[in-house]
Amino acid sequence: MHKRWIEISVGLMLVAGVVALLSLALQVSGGHLTRSADRYPIDALFENAAGLAPKAQVTLAGVTVGEVVAVVIDPQTLMAKVKMQINGEVNYLSIDSSASILTAGLLGEKYVGLTVGAEDEVLVAGDMIEDTQSALVLEELIGQFLLNLGDSN
Amino acid sequence: MINLVSALGGQLLQRLALLGQALLMLLQSLRVLPGKHGLSRLIQQLYVVGVQSLIIMLVSALFIGMVLGLQGYTLLSAYGSEQAVGQMVALTLVRELSPVVAALLFAGRAGSALTAEIGLMKATEQLASLEMFGVDPLHRIVAPRFLAGLICLPLLVAIFSLVGIYGGHIVAVDWLGVYSGSYWGNMQQAVDFGEDVINGMIKALVFAFVVSWIALYQGYSCVPTSQGISAATTRTVVYSSLAILGFDFILTALMFGGA
Repeated sequence: MHKRWIEISVGLMLVAGVVALLSLALQVSGGHLTRSADRYPIDALFENAAGLAPKAQVTLAGVTVGEVVAVVIDPQTLMAKVKMQINGEVNYLSIDSSASILTAGLLGEKYVGLTVGAEDEVLVAGDMIEDTQSALVLEELIGQFLLNLGDSN
Repeated sequence: MINLVSALGGQLLQRLALLGQALLMLLQSLRVLPGKHGLSRLIQQLYVVGVQSLIIMLVSALFIGMVLGLQGYTLLSAYGSEQAVGQMVALTLVRELSPVVAALLFAGRAGSALTAEIGLMKATEQLASLEMFGVDPLHRIVAPRFLAGLICLPLLVAIFSLVGIYGGHIVAVDWLGVYSGSYWGNMQQAVDFGEDVINGMIKALVFAFVVSWIALYQGYSCVPTSQGISAATTRTVVYSSLAILGFDFILTALMFGGA
């Protein structure tokens, strides 16, 4: 009887551990199992990508459709090249789509917002988004505001 | 001067010999895989090492999760972003606190017991009599305990993380009124299974290996007197704790350091 109880409780513990691991996978990490599978890369050139970091979200109409992989400098244009991975099922971004760097809330983190254009042709792996709007740099904005204030006086 | 150098060298050689001895013990005990009877001994040890550690793990996990929820809420609400508390609790637990705290508790709860048990077997010459019967005590006594530790700790760490996250949920959502959807939503967005959960499990596996190894070696090599067993038990807890914290830094640097 005692031995039976030991076996049952050990079995219970094993099951509990596996269930805990499974729920960590599904409930806690939201089943992000399929990472690099079924995604395609898109680049975008920004005048200024201040504050944008790898793993930032890429959204379309506020819905996350991918993530930023790297932010590097493009040696030819000296602009910021933002490399993104877009989910494979989002295969309807037209070639004249635009990308802008937005901020979640006043002090929140930066993310990339995509807006789809009107063309029929769609972006494929390795394409570059030309139409971009840079990150809002608060200091530049305040500087400009002060300058305008001085001019109008 | 020469004396000092030779004493240092002697110490170093002594330490190296101890390490070699410990490695040999481990290799020898794992040389043969447990057979049919080995399985029932393994289950017995899974019970002692794992099931009996469950209560302390569950209670600690619940309290640690609740404290994290409370601290996170207080800190984050200063910036008006208390929705991020779920993400903070989950990442802290999964990446760092669960493996480390569970392993420290495991060293204190199960490791010390293993050392004392084997030390007493040695003191009462049970190990020697096993050898007289032609039974390898390494295979019979050490191997199932080592395997049990290796299996149990990762499972306990997974349970620890989950219970801790629910503990944080109790405080943040049920008491302090964070919206439940943003608690889980932020968490799911921030926590990555491969990068966070699996890395935490790798840490748990490494800690399990280190703690079980230290505990068994200290028991097996202790001086077979009551003072010897007491000193070996103390050494198990001290060495295990230091090893856990040291390895944790190394593993964290390897896993998350080079972004």
